[in-house]
Amino acid sequence: MSNEIADKVKKIVVEHLGVEEDKVKPDASFIDDLGADSLDTVELVMAFEEAFSVEIPEDAAEKIATVNDAIEYITKQKAA
Amino acid sequence: MSGSGTNRKRVVVTGIGVVSPLAVGAELTWKRLINSQSGIGPITQFDASGLPARIAGEVPSGPTEEGGLTLSDWVPVKEQKKMDRFIHLGLAAGIQAVEDSGWKPESEEDRCATGVMIGSGIGGLKTIYDNSLAVAAGKARRLSPFFIPSSLINLTAGHLSIRYGFKGPNHAVVTACASGTHAIGDASRLIQHGDAKVMIAGGAESAICELGIAGFCSARALSTSFNDDPTTASRPWDERRDGFVMGEGAGVVVLEEYEHAKRRGAKIYGEIGGYGLSGDAHHITAPAENHEGAYRAMQAALKDARVTPADIGYVNAHGTSTMADDLELGAVERLFGEAAGKASMSSTKSAIGHLLGAAGAVEAIFCLQAMRDGILPPTLNLDNPSRESAMDRIPHKAKEQKVDVALSNSFGFGGTNASLILKRFKD
Repeated sequence: MSNEIADKVKKIVVEHLGVEEDKVKPDASFIDDLGADSLDTVELVMAFEEAFSVEIPEDAAEKIATVNDAIEYITKQKAA
Repeated sequence: MSGSGTNRKRVVVTGIGVVSPLAVGAELTWKRLINSQSGIGPITQFDASGLPARIAGEVPSGPTEEGGLTLSDWVPVKEQKKMDRFIHLGLAAGIQAVEDSGWKPESEEDRCATGVMIGSGIGGLKTIYDNSLAVAAGKARRLSPFFIPSSLINLTAGHLSIRYGFKGPNHAVVTACASGTHAIGDASRLIQHGDAKVMIAGGAESAICELGIAGFCSARALSTSFNDDPTTASRPWDERRDGFVMGEGAGVVVLEEYEHAKRRGAKIYGEIGGYGLSGDAHHITAPAENHEGAYRAMQAALKDARVTPADIGYVNAHGTSTMADDLELGAVERLFGEAAGKASMSSTKSAIGHLLGAAGAVEAIFCLQAMRDGILPPTLNLDNPSRESAMDRIPHKAKEQKVDVALSNSFGFGGTNASLILKRFKD
């Protein structure tokens, strides 16, 4: 399950930020490593919500800074 | 020397960029224009089968080297979704113009002396439409964060400044179909006033979406009788004309203070000789009686340029292929008097349709190319003028004629009028 989530998150990041797949490492920061700006991250979080049918409230979204943050948050939501 | 003030700074054009229904590229557009080609065809950007107007001048897609639009050659894929199509087209024309000029400010001072003023009549209409549909479907909380910056008219100027680091005046004109002409005129004034040494100026438009075409249809503004024969639909001054044909595209020029251009050895296309503006104070869509507002705009431009009608060899008319064509013709004839018989006037909208807020910018570039090459572009489809005139309206085929001074007119809804005088460059 968690691997499935990780793969899907990576795919969304590649699509939305236009980066190479091998750059999307677990500890990669969207802003510092993957060239996203603040609006990109808003769009990215929306894409996660859509793809995983989860609600990511604003205060939670602000804490999602890396690929791993996203995978962990979504995995937790799906398990709940 | 030019203009009313003895020490007024001269403004020259040192770069041009065009995206039009004929081609992506200023020179290929010009070549096709003077070869009497038409860029009008069936609408492909949406299903127009339910509308009375089903034709338009769309920018062709295809390889860049063949004059088609390959967007990734101009805007990185990741950035494309952050902009409406009008910004894509504006950037493609703006990049052409900047690269053509060779102007690359290296110092902070030079960057701050370089500004951008790109107008649009409508802006990101399709983006607004798409997002409205999302709101109506209950997705108000799921709109793209790029919806607003993708739609705003001044974002073409914003993106160009970000791309090149131009830190001077950053502005956008919104005067409907006069936007492109106003942008070039106003940007010239900024240079004359000392706010900038270089201004990237023009207009960009892309409103060939269902909302745009349906809206202009409701205003009874578009041609509806030539859906089966699109290239004959735009026929300025012809007795069978029945409305304008919507076009899309962008025109951008690099305006530069003459001494600045000379110091760096820039290629000079021509000079902005004068600029005139007026308002009709009459009606939201119809021109004033006898187009007297247009008359005053042209008169002001001539005065600003210190030229007389006898100096003007070519007029690029607003000429949209509507009833107003003859009113403009009448105003030009009154202004020119006996000189009308010596000047030529054409409407290049016959080939590319009406680019709304980009029209005046593209047409100013055509005037510069006409003076450079000594070739005046034709008015296509002008078979039988609804009104005779002493002015040669250059029906069907381009003609060779040396011209030193040209006049370009643009008029917009709301009763806004702008005229530019462009001059062949003389040291």
